[in-house]
Amino acid sequence: MSDYRIKGETGEWEVVIGLEVHAQVTSNAKLFSGAATAFGAEPNTQVSLVDAAMPGMLPVPNRECIRQAVRTGMAIEAQINTWSRFDRKNYFYADLPQGYQISQLYHPLVGEGSLTIAADEKAGIPADKVIGIERIHVEQDAGKLMHDQHPTMSYVDLNRSGVALMEIVSRPDMRSPAEAGAYVRKLRSILRYVGSCDGNMEEGSMRADVNVSVRRPGDEFGTRTETKNVNSVRFVMAVIEGEAKRQVALIESGGTVVQETRLYDPDRNETRSMRSKEDAHDYRYFPDPDLLPLELDEAFLAECRASLPELPDAKRARYLAAGISAYNADVLTAEVEAARWFDALLEAGAKPVAAANWVTSELFGALNRLGKDITESPVSPAQAAELLGLVADGTISGTIAKQVFEKMLESGDAAGVIVERDGLKQTSDTGAIEAEIAKILAANADKVEQYKGGKEALFGFFVGQTMKAMQGKANPQVVNELLKKALA
Amino acid sequence: MTDLTNLTVAQIRDGHRAGDFSAVEVAEAFNTNVAGAKALNAFIVETPEHALAAARQADADRAAGTLKPLSGVPIGMKDLFATNGVQTTAASHMLEGFVPRYESTVSQKLWDAGAGMLGKLNLDQFAMGSSNETSYFGNVISPWRRKDGGNAALAPGGSSGGSSTAIAARLCPAATGTDTGGSIRQPAAFTGISGIKPTYGRCSRWGIVAFASSLDQAGPMARDVKDCAIMLENMAGFDPKDATSLDLPVPNWEAALSSDLKGKTVGIPKEYRLEGIDPEIDAMWDAGIAMLKDAGAEVVEISLPHTKYALPTYYIIAPAEASSNLARYDGVRYGLRDLPQGAGLQDMYAATRADGFGAEVKRRIMIGTYVLSAGFYDAYYTQAQKVRTLIARDFEQAFASCDVILAPTAPSAAFGLGEKMADPLAMYLNDVFAVPASLAGLPAMSVPAALNRDGLPLGLQIIGKAFDEQGVLNAGLAIEERAGFTARAEKWW
Repeated sequence: MSDYRIKGETGEWEVVIGLEVHAQVTSNAKLFSGAATAFGAEPNTQVSLVDAAMPGMLPVPNRECIRQAVRTGMAIEAQINTWSRFDRKNYFYADLPQGYQISQLYHPLVGEGSLTIAADEKAGIPADKVIGIERIHVEQDAGKLMHDQHPTMSYVDLNRSGVALMEIVSRPDMRSPAEAGAYVRKLRSILRYVGSCDGNMEEGSMRADVNVSVRRPGDEFGTRTETKNVNSVRFVMAVIEGEAKRQVALIESGGTVVQETRLYDPDRNETRSMRSKEDAHDYRYFPDPDLLPLELDEAFLAECRASLPELPDAKRARYLAAGISAYNADVLTAEVEAARWFDALLEAGAKPVAAANWVTSELFGALNRLGKDITESPVSPAQAAELLGLVADGTISGTIAKQVFEKMLESGDAAGVIVERDGLKQTSDTGAIEAEIAKILAANADKVEQYKGGKEALFGFFVGQTMKAMQGKANPQVVNELLKKALA
Repeated sequence: MTDLTNLTVAQIRDGHRAGDFSAVEVAEAFNTNVAGAKALNAFIVETPEHALAAARQADADRAAGTLKPLSGVPIGMKDLFATNGVQTTAASHMLEGFVPRYESTVSQKLWDAGAGMLGKLNLDQFAMGSSNETSYFGNVISPWRRKDGGNAALAPGGSSGGSSTAIAARLCPAATGTDTGGSIRQPAAFTGISGIKPTYGRCSRWGIVAFASSLDQAGPMARDVKDCAIMLENMAGFDPKDATSLDLPVPNWEAALSSDLKGKTVGIPKEYRLEGIDPEIDAMWDAGIAMLKDAGAEVVEISLPHTKYALPTYYIIAPAEASSNLARYDGVRYGLRDLPQGAGLQDMYAATRADGFGAEVKRRIMIGTYVLSAGFYDAYYTQAQKVRTLIARDFEQAFASCDVILAPTAPSAAFGLGEKMADPLAMYLNDVFAVPASLAGLPAMSVPAALNRDGLPLGLQIIGKAFDEQGVLNAGLAIEERAGFTARAEKWW
């Protein structure tokens, strides 16, 4: 249970949150036309006759968009409706050429499902929590109005008109901004694993309508407001916090929350009313007579299922079972590209725990420094596996491995080549090590005294000195053993 | 020399093939008739050069031995079909001057088959009407006149009134029509010609200005049944661009034409015997029954119990779909834009749509908007869909005991222009026999069967099972052969 509360003047309030996430389906073509869908193209260059709603034009469903939505539904373990239907949502706006949006109100493609957000003590999520997902339906996006191109007129760009969206509707199961943030991140992660949406929130591929209400803990749900088109996790969390506080202040000052649609202004970090329920559109939904009901057969469903990759939860469980820490497992599974890179590393023979530690610290650190993401890593999983192999079989020490890795990043050479060329192999030559130990103990007689007098922490100092003298190439285990003997 | 404009599609095709005349001669003859018939107002745009170009190609193809099914045949195109480079208006001010850069699937098929276009035919605005009086470009006048000594201008039927008049007046041998609730059959009946609405989905709707998507269906209108079969073969076919298109092969309807109805059973729906109907309509119907018996068919009475709900059902569903389909005419991207000084978006919508749509179109948009509104949707639209299912089931059950159904096409002969415009309900009632087959998506045709006391044509309607256009055409042929309908309008224009 979340203990997130808004502290009002009259006591504590619980926040109830539901999210409708609009995710653009990854597809080369639009939902009902063959037009392209690339982001950032010149205005009105990705518009077919259908998208512009020319007289006599008809929609034809794009199989790939339906397939991606079904796969997404399967990934959240939802019920897939083998019979669904498209409805028209009628309203006039200049960015909506048909005068209606083709959507699914009455019979959505995907029914009840859920996802799990992971426990995160620091964020106030004490345990894993299942968030219900009511439905996923498929619909057309609208075009875009451009108000800054002409002093008195607005321009219309129809590139987005007709692009396929999945609307993923959660249950009002979230109780804090942190939970909502975790939900959006998890959903985004799943979509990206499945490949049904690129999850790119800055480009508008994913945006959320945020439903917020407040209540006394244990009471009935309060009246909710809906804040439209919020396009980052941070903003989603800010909207919830701000809106919950606004509602509490309103109620406590004797007002009532009205059901309304609000807009978020990120610059001022506040929401403002767009329209109330009274002036809500009557969308006059009815089944689109241009389209037959969508019926899915077993073969189609089987292909969708078979094409699903291992999903984040399953991957995380597999990593935990291999002994990887929960923290590392979370970090490695959050982004599908990192998880794929890590799996390739394991496949190349790296040991899971050491590999996980190395990726999350060394590799991520290096990539961060270089300003690259993991798909651009200068070192391949196979090369990294070789490096880790050299550590595992005692050829080099962990310290030397860091140097080798730096050289790999610079030169692109293989780890074995670098170790060989630069003479970085670790030595277990006891004679050489003993000689250095003897010199060090002689030069630090005072510390030897202290050590023998009971200050055992000094052992590390002797190890360090020995390793330094050996230029890091001594086998640490051998050093330990010989030092213990010498100091006995 | 024979007047080439008196020839049927089959006669033109075969005569051209045999070298009896050139396609250019045919096109010129029809172009001349079109040019001389302005008084009928059948065409919104005349395209004589299109007809001639196709004719020259047809003559060249004959020389090269590469004739196509409709080589040498010029036709009229209802102005609801988008034609590339030729104004397409749906007889509305809204689309006045709109020139598409695309060709409807059906018209493209006809051009591919070698046909030429004489022009774009007038119709009721957005195909909404039964008399052609709702056209923004003025009403079409039927070539027919009552034999009562008067000169009353008569309705050519609607919405395909330009098509019916043009064929009846020998301005073209055949034309395209569209039928949403009788718009092919009723004008055919009014003007003494034939027309068939095929099974819903036979002809692609792609590129046809939409009225009511679940009902709209293109079909041919022509002088006789055989011509309808020839035309339909060249209009029908699966189209991946129309999600409601039937993925079935197109039968060779012409080759399988047969008026021998031995072994066939004809159903006579008792609910179509309307009280107070003109006795001449019933008499024609009875004569039709006798003709089909004569052709070898057995005749049985059938029941279509939900018939009386068909009109109200139609006038909920069709306007509901229309109200949504016509939302795209908003002044933003094409067609009329009325932008009053200082106006905003809402003002532009209001001004454009107030100016661009005629009264009947507005009436149907209002009805459709109303029946889809929150609070009314279930009472009207949902209920109408249920009744529609029942009407379709009526037919299914009736077809368990018969192969085709025979009924009048319309409850009256052509009425005078202006007679029903003041009373929309009386106008709607004219579709009472046509609408049930539309709601059920069934093939149905009208063939001329008799003249009434005023010397005006009356039509008989044959309704068939889904996909059984052949059965409909064959029964139509049996009537055509026996009715001996040769009357034609005397030229006064």
